[in-house]
Amino acid sequence: MNLPVIIKFVIDLLAVLLLALGIKGLSKVKSARDANRLAAFAMSLSVVGLLSYYLGTSGIAVQSWLWIIIGSIIGSLFGAILAKKVPMTSMPETVALFNGCGGMSSLLVALGVAIFPISSGQENFDFFKSLINEVSISVSIFVGAITFTGSIVAMAKLQGWLSTPGWTQSKVRHFVNIVFAVASLIAFFDLINGNTSSIWLLVIVSSLLGIGVTLPIGGADMPVVISLLNSYSGIAAAAAGFVVDSQLLIVAGAMVGAAGLILTQVMCKGMNRSLVSVLFGGSLSAQSTASSGSGEYTNITSCSVEECALTLEAANKVIIVPGYGLAVAQAQHTLREVTKKLEQNGIEVVYAIHPVAGRMPGHMNVLLAEADVPYEQLKEMDVVNPDFPATDVVLVLGANDVVNPQAKNDSSSPLYGMPVLDVQEARTVFVIKRGMSAGYSGIKNDLFDLPNTSMVFGDAKKVLNDLIGELKDLGVGEK
Amino acid sequence: MSFISLLWVLLLGSLLGLELIGKVPPTLHTPLMSGANAISGITMLAALTLIVKAEGNVPLLIIGSVSLGFALFNVVGGFFVTDRMLAMFSRKPSNKK
Repeated sequence: MNLPVIIKFVIDLLAVLLLALGIKGLSKVKSARDANRLAAFAMSLSVVGLLSYYLGTSGIAVQSWLWIIIGSIIGSLFGAILAKKVPMTSMPETVALFNGCGGMSSLLVALGVAIFPISSGQENFDFFKSLINEVSISVSIFVGAITFTGSIVAMAKLQGWLSTPGWTQSKVRHFVNIVFAVASLIAFFDLINGNTSSIWLLVIVSSLLGIGVTLPIGGADMPVVISLLNSYSGIAAAAAGFVVDSQLLIVAGAMVGAAGLILTQVMCKGMNRSLVSVLFGGSLSAQSTASSGSGEYTNITSCSVEECALTLEAANKVIIVPGYGLAVAQAQHTLREVTKKLEQNGIEVVYAIHPVAGRMPGHMNVLLAEADVPYEQLKEMDVVNPDFPATDVVLVLGANDVVNPQAKNDSSSPLYGMPVLDVQEARTVFVIKRGMSAGYSGIKNDLFDLPNTSMVFGDAKKVLNDLIGELKDLGVGEK
Repeated sequence: MSFISLLWVLLLGSLLGLELIGKVPPTLHTPLMSGANAISGITMLAALTLIVKAEGNVPLLIIGSVSLGFALFNVVGGFFVTDRMLAMFSRKPSNKK
């Protein structure tokens, strides 16, 4: 072992250690930010390690430097600009886009190696070694392509650029996807048999498979898909690690792959959906319209903003249940104004966060944090549920399925078994909503029919603004 | 590196990942997803290797460079966006006290 090899070995080891510590630190609120920087530092360190290794051994040609600099500058610049400018509400689609590009990168590496085999000094042909090489190239291309097209479709759907085509809800799509999958398999075996041109077939059909699998999935299930695709991008990176013989890539890729899987599982649990039904069941609303979940509302009480303000003023304890509707209306800052007034009046305010509130687990926390809501006021479902009976007023803002009592009471409901917030236990519940439309699941919400529930119809932001006005008139928050 | 030892690396890396993130509060799931996503851009090392070993093969240099661009887009964007999210969390408690 000469010096460059030893240096690279040490740096790689250090980078893996720091990446692991980084991921570990990301799991605690206090250390998360430093951990993220630590991981970023570990990544830069790994680049330095790799470059210094090549400088010390084979050397790096001027031409190579040129292309390295071009690629680095363009990629980093676009990444930094997007990361700075994107609004917090579009976080899921941003993660999807970044993720897709990671997949694309792995795909291109594998493609490059496949078309122009890099001379690695192994002159003697080794069948076993070349087999492994072809398998890892194929896996890298297959997973990379699915990650890329799947993420782009997911992003387009979340942005509203792409709707769900009707045919994707029928059984036809299973047939289509099976055809793509089988074609990928054929291309894979053809490639191993030494037919290099079938690599293009593999690229095309696995890209189509990524589209075909993601396209039928409805908005509510999208976070699960993004998380799964995040896991895939890790697997693609690990496969690329096999292609270029890098342990560091394999470790980091495997860690990300495992992270994505855990997250996906958590999200599925929160929505009472199995991964299988998310991937193959189509959108939930398509199935549930025919089931017992639908029905007419019989006992809706609607009330004015003024009444709502009066009730809030008299309350001692208020729980806010924010949902995605709040984020869409961009009303989190206005909400914060309202709660500030209440707090100044000595009213205890807590936010109840359902595990899948918003569009990703934790998404709502980020949105509320953006509006300066103190972290301590955000309570998770299990913590806050016992508090509802002792609560005077619950304000439901743009949340629907996560407060549906059907999930507890009606075993025939498609929502049955999903963990929900027991808001109906509180003395008074105000639901701020645009109209009587159903939630993501398309299921009637029994909560709206309960005698202690009042509906305040209107856009979340407008209602909250009116509420601020009413509270001001009542002298709340001005001592 | 022999194939078998690379497989060991894969296995242990996966187990490490499962252990490390087994106990994350839901609050941090979005930042974690985004941070983990940035780490998956580690393929930039593979892209770099490709460019260095291209030995003047221009199409390969271009593929490597584009791949590097995509990977860095993922890495740089991912870390920045995660930092933006986490900055909101870490600022709050100190503001209040």
